[in-house]
Amino acid sequence: MQWEVVIGLEIHTQLATQSKIFSGSATTFGSEPNTQASLIDLGMPGVLPVLNQEAVRMACMFGLAIDAEIGQHNVFARKNYFYPDLPKGYQISQMELPIVGKGHLDIALEDGTVKRIGITRAHLEEDAGKSLHEDFSGSTGIDLNRAGTPLLEIVSEPEMRSAKEAVAYVKAIHALVRYLGICDGNMAEGSLRCDCNVSIRPKGQAEFGTRCEIKNVNSFRFIERAINSEVQRQIDLIEDGGKVIQETRLYDPNKDETRSMRSKEEANDYRYFPDPDLLPVVIESAYLDDLRATLPELPPQKVERFQSQYGLSAYDANVLASSREQAEYFEKVAAIGGDAKLAANWVMVELGSLLNKLGVEIDQAPVSAEQLGGMLLRIRDNTISGKIAKTVFEAMAAGEGDADQIIEARGLKQVTDSGAIEKVLDEVLAANAEQVEQYRAADEAKRGKMFGFFVGQAMKASKGKANPQQVNQLLKSKLEG
Amino acid sequence: MALERSDVEKIAHLARLGLNEADLPRTTDALNSILGLVDQMQAVDTDGIEPLAHPLEARQRLRADVVTESNQRDRYQAIAPATDSGLYLVPKVIE
Repeated sequence: MQWEVVIGLEIHTQLATQSKIFSGSATTFGSEPNTQASLIDLGMPGVLPVLNQEAVRMACMFGLAIDAEIGQHNVFARKNYFYPDLPKGYQISQMELPIVGKGHLDIALEDGTVKRIGITRAHLEEDAGKSLHEDFSGSTGIDLNRAGTPLLEIVSEPEMRSAKEAVAYVKAIHALVRYLGICDGNMAEGSLRCDCNVSIRPKGQAEFGTRCEIKNVNSFRFIERAINSEVQRQIDLIEDGGKVIQETRLYDPNKDETRSMRSKEEANDYRYFPDPDLLPVVIESAYLDDLRATLPELPPQKVERFQSQYGLSAYDANVLASSREQAEYFEKVAAIGGDAKLAANWVMVELGSLLNKLGVEIDQAPVSAEQLGGMLLRIRDNTISGKIAKTVFEAMAAGEGDADQIIEARGLKQVTDSGAIEKVLDEVLAANAEQVEQYRAADEAKRGKMFGFFVGQAMKASKGKANPQQVNQLLKSKLEG
Repeated sequence: MALERSDVEKIAHLARLGLNEADLPRTTDALNSILGLVDQMQAVDTDGIEPLAHPLEARQRLRADVVTESNQRDRYQAIAPATDSGLYLVPKVIE
């Protein structure tokens, strides 16, 4: 049987506000337990929530960016359930009238095609606290610092057909919220968390199969693995004559499997009703027009511009535009260095592998865009070769200063004096007289590799400083001669 | 519509209310009489009327995104039944 996979995602993004959505407590990550939990966050009787205008602005920015209708009249509702990390016994959320309505986001697939994913809605709600189950002999410890942190829950249509598509979508959302500056996107700290709704159906069947929800997956890699292992579980189950039951599951990365989370849970009976403590929130169209004017250039436009303005390939443009910081870094390097393609290569290849090795993001790069741009200038004016540039780059990464200082201090300036190069070449040819004879006797097809040998020797003899183009040219005439 | 005893048991469980044998019939009756009132109200023609989210004709005022609360943990935890290392302790919630 051929199976089709159907995936819909709910992504919770913590909005990057200073204070909580309904109280004036700070939202700083990693503070001492319960030092950022006020009477409102603790759910004490008699307190009233007051909505944070910045959370509303951020939600609207997201809505504008995905071309969605913004709810001009939206209502907060109580979602009732009992859990100790939710002191009020309900979560303030939105049910019938969310702030962001139907929109869409385009994702780039590996084969180079673009797929449009529908976004059903996005609504504002408050985060819950954290439960710590270890170390308290028989008790659970509750930290309410996170309780009341603003969340924008982004719900997609069930339009993804593979784990890879799901990851591409999450990456696109991740890039978008960071471009908009509404979420720091730090998945390790839980700033962006993903629930995956997964079902399978026989290929060609119109109705959906029964879905399972995998809760709280917090890395791109785990999203892909969790979905794949859940898909396999459902296929095995059905092919063995069993039935998928609708339930919430957790992914265990160590065992690479999902397991049932709350078996006893009664099918979501949250008894939503409008929160009487909060009035309807009205969003004027003039306000939205002002916000629209503040939208930054977003990834799709940036990718297009990088191709038309700099002549980059679609692939390179996509890689460079994948984060706002990287795009800005690249453009700065290109502007200083004066050669966009060279800049693109250095940013993606050398800088990329350096960052990978150090395990840091581009905003903590040990080589600044100014430094890298300055070095590209020295490549372009032939002060250094591309090969020596790698040495200079490593030295800049090690904190030895700017390219010019390093070239000077280490004596890396390229030798372009043809007399000096000829002298080196004569020495090399004299030391390898036998190879010279062989070269001259060889036919054209074999000469290429042998020529490379002499170039290598010459570069070695000049400690890499001889200008490679001149070496090639002079060597050719000497060997022919 | 009238509630059965089993409906009331379910609602009580969702609300974490411990109703005993004597409470159950009384509560069922009380809820059914409230629903009777709702039934009367259902007779009103509300076609074309927007649902009301709040009885006041007012809109939500928003607050500026500013931290105004300081750390009062010690005072709040003075009334908690059990704390440890700054955490509120509750009976274990995981099987």
